[in-house]
Amino acid sequence: MNAMAKIPDIEAAPTALELCDLHKSFGPTPIIRGVSLGIARGERHAMIGPNGAGKSTLFNLISGRFAPTAGSIRLNGEQVSGFPPYQLNRRGLARSFQVTNIFPRLSVFENIRCSVLWSLGYRYSFWHRVDSLRDANAQAERTLEQIRMTARRDVPAGVLTYAEQRALEIGITIAGNANVILLDEPTAGMSRREAANAVELIRAVSQGRTLVIVEHDMGVVFDLADRISVLVYGEIIATDTPEKIRGNKAVQAAYLDSAHA
Amino acid sequence: MKSVAAAPEMTSAEPTPSWMTRSRTWVGAAAILLVLPHIPGLNADFGRSLLSQMGIAAVFALSFNLLLGQTGLLSFGHAVYFGLGGYATVHLMRAINHGLPVPVPLAPLAGAATGLLFGVLFGSVTTRRAGTIFALITLGIGELVYATTFMLPSYFGGEEGITASRTRGPALLGFDLGPQLQVYYVVALWAIIAAALMYAFTRTPVGRMCNAVRDNPERVEFVGYNTQRVRFVAFSAAGLFAGLAGGLHAINYEIVAADSVSALRSGTVLLMTYIGGVGRFIGPVIGAAVLTWLQASLSGYTSAWLFYLGLFFMAIIVFAPAGLAGLILMHRPIIRMPAFWRVLRAYAIAFAPALVMTIGAIVIIEMSYRLSTQPELGTRMRLFWTDIDAATPWPWLAAVVMIVSGFVVFRKTWPIVAQAWQQATTEASVAAGAR
Repeated sequence: MNAMAKIPDIEAAPTALELCDLHKSFGPTPIIRGVSLGIARGERHAMIGPNGAGKSTLFNLISGRFAPTAGSIRLNGEQVSGFPPYQLNRRGLARSFQVTNIFPRLSVFENIRCSVLWSLGYRYSFWHRVDSLRDANAQAERTLEQIRMTARRDVPAGVLTYAEQRALEIGITIAGNANVILLDEPTAGMSRREAANAVELIRAVSQGRTLVIVEHDMGVVFDLADRISVLVYGEIIATDTPEKIRGNKAVQAAYLDSAHA
Repeated sequence: MKSVAAAPEMTSAEPTPSWMTRSRTWVGAAAILLVLPHIPGLNADFGRSLLSQMGIAAVFALSFNLLLGQTGLLSFGHAVYFGLGGYATVHLMRAINHGLPVPVPLAPLAGAATGLLFGVLFGSVTTRRAGTIFALITLGIGELVYATTFMLPSYFGGEEGITASRTRGPALLGFDLGPQLQVYYVVALWAIIAAALMYAFTRTPVGRMCNAVRDNPERVEFVGYNTQRVRFVAFSAAGLFAGLAGGLHAINYEIVAADSVSALRSGTVLLMTYIGGVGRFIGPVIGAAVLTWLQASLSGYTSAWLFYLGLFFMAIIVFAPAGLAGLILMHRPIIRMPAFWRVLRAYAIAFAPALVMTIGAIVIIEMSYRLSTQPELGTRMRLFWTDIDAATPWPWLAAVVMIVSGFVVFRKTWPIVAQAWQQATTEASVAAGAR
C-alpha cells in the first residue's frame, strides 16, 4: 500500500496551506487578530516573533488543536477550519510540539510505528497482526534511521535523554509521510551541536514537503527558511525572503530590537 | 524495596517475544491447565471448583485489564457486562433444559454476544470521556443496571436470581457437565481461548493504539486516530470477554443473581487486576488466582479475612505498584546470575523476622475482632496452636513484642537484601554487556 496514494490530489492545489483572516480569542482576549497567509507546496516557511506573539496559538489553530473564532483555513485547497486534529492528519498534515509529547511507556520503535498505522490504512484493525505488517515496520525502521535512533529502538521513550526525545518528537511527526509538516520550536533547549544536527535532520526530512516552523534561533531560521513571516501581537507584519526580512525596518523595530533587549 | 519495585513500571514496553517462545508459552499453559485438576490437593471437587472459579475470574480480570492496563481506562462498572452475559447464558441454559438442541458448553457464547452488545451500547456513551468522568459514568451505569435487576424480576429473578441446570441438555463429545472436572475443562478451554484472543488483540494495530491512548491521548489525535473510537473499540472488546466470563460463571454455579452485576463484583475485579499487576499481560491472571484462593481459603479460617485482604491490597499499592507480576518478573534479568542464590538467601533471612512481625499482627487483629464482633464466643481462643485468653494482658504484650522486635530485625536485614540485589544486577549488566 502506498502512503502517498491516500493523500488528496495535491497537484491541483499549488497552495499547501492558506490562512484567510484568521482570528482566535480566549474569552475577551484576542490572541490571533486577522492572520492571512499562503504557503506554497514545497516551501520551507519560518514563523518568528517575540514571546507571546501568538505563534504557538497559530500552530494550534492550523493543526486543529483549537478551533478558530473566525476566518478560514485551507489545506491543499480544502476548507478545513474547525476540523479535529485526526481529520487534518488524515489529510496530510502533521505537527510536532514545543513541549515533548511522546508515548512514554512505549518503545521508541512503537512510538514511530503508531504514527504510521493510519497513513497506511490500518485504521482500527483488530484482524491484522501488527508485527506482521511489512510496510508499517519497514516505514518505522526507515524513520528510525532518518532520526538516527535505530540503536535506541527498544528503549521505552520515557527514559530517553532530552535531545533523543526531541528527535523522536520529529520522528513521530514525519513518520506518517504527511505532506505538510509543522514543527514548533524543534531545537528548543538543545546544545549548539544538537541543534545543528536537528537542522540537518529537518532539512533532510522536509525535502519535497511543505514545512512550517516556529523557531527562536535566528541562525536556524535564516539557514533553513525560503520565506519568513513575522508575527507580532497576533498579526503578521511582514512575510518575505530571509534577506528582505533582515533589511525590513518595521521588523527590526517591532521584533529584532525587542528580542535582543 | 520501594525503589526496586518501581523500576519495572518503566519497562512495561513489553518486547514482543519470538514466535517460538510465544507458542511454547501457550502450549505450556494449556498443558498446565490440563494436569492441574489431577495434582494432589486439587484433585477433589473443592479443588476443581476452586480452579474453575480462578479460570472464570482470570478471564474477567484480563478483560478488565484491556481497559485499565492497556487503554488507561478505570471502570467502576465492569461487572455489568459480566453479569448481563451471565443472565443471557443462564436463560439460554433454561431454554436448553426445555429442549433447545444446543450443547451447554457452547452457551457462554451467548454471554460473550450479550457482553459485546452492551459494551457497544454503553461504550458509545462512556468512552466519549476519559479519566474521572469516564470512571463516574461507569459507576452510574453500574448502579443503573443493578437497580434494573430488581425492577425487571421476570428476566433477572430479583434477589434469588435465575437458575438453570447445566446437565439437562445434549452432551457435546461426551461432556454432560455432571462432574466438576468436566465443568473445569470447559472453563479451562474457554479461558485459554479467551486469553489467547485478548493477547492477540494487544498485538493488533488498534491494540497498540490503545497503549498509545493510555500513554498520551492528545498525541494520538495528531497521528490520525480518534481517541474516542480507540477507547470504544477497547471497551467493546472488554465487554465481550467479560460477558464470556459471566457465561462461564452461569455454567459453574447454575445460578445468576443480582450480585453478578454489583459494584462489589466490579470492585473485586479491580482488586484482582491491580494486585496481579496492570503492566503485564499475565498480571490479572495471577491476581485472579491469588484473590480467588484467598477468598476461598482465608474465609474458612477467620472472619477478619476482608480486613486482611484490604491490608494485602494496600501493601501491594505501596510496596509493589507493578503488582505481583511485576514483583516476580523483576527477577527475570538476574535469575541466571550466580548471585541469584545470594538474593534468595537474603530473602530467607528477611523472611524470618517478617514472619514474626506478621504473626504478632495477626494475633492482635484476631483478638480485636473476637472482642468487638463476636463477644458471645468469649475471650478464650486458639491461635497458632496455642490457647490464649484475650482478657489477660499477656497475649497482647507478646504480640506487641513480636511486632516491634520483628520490625527492628527486619530493618536490619534490608541491607543484606539490597547488597545481594546490587551484586546480582551488576552481574546481569556485565552479562548483558558481554552479549
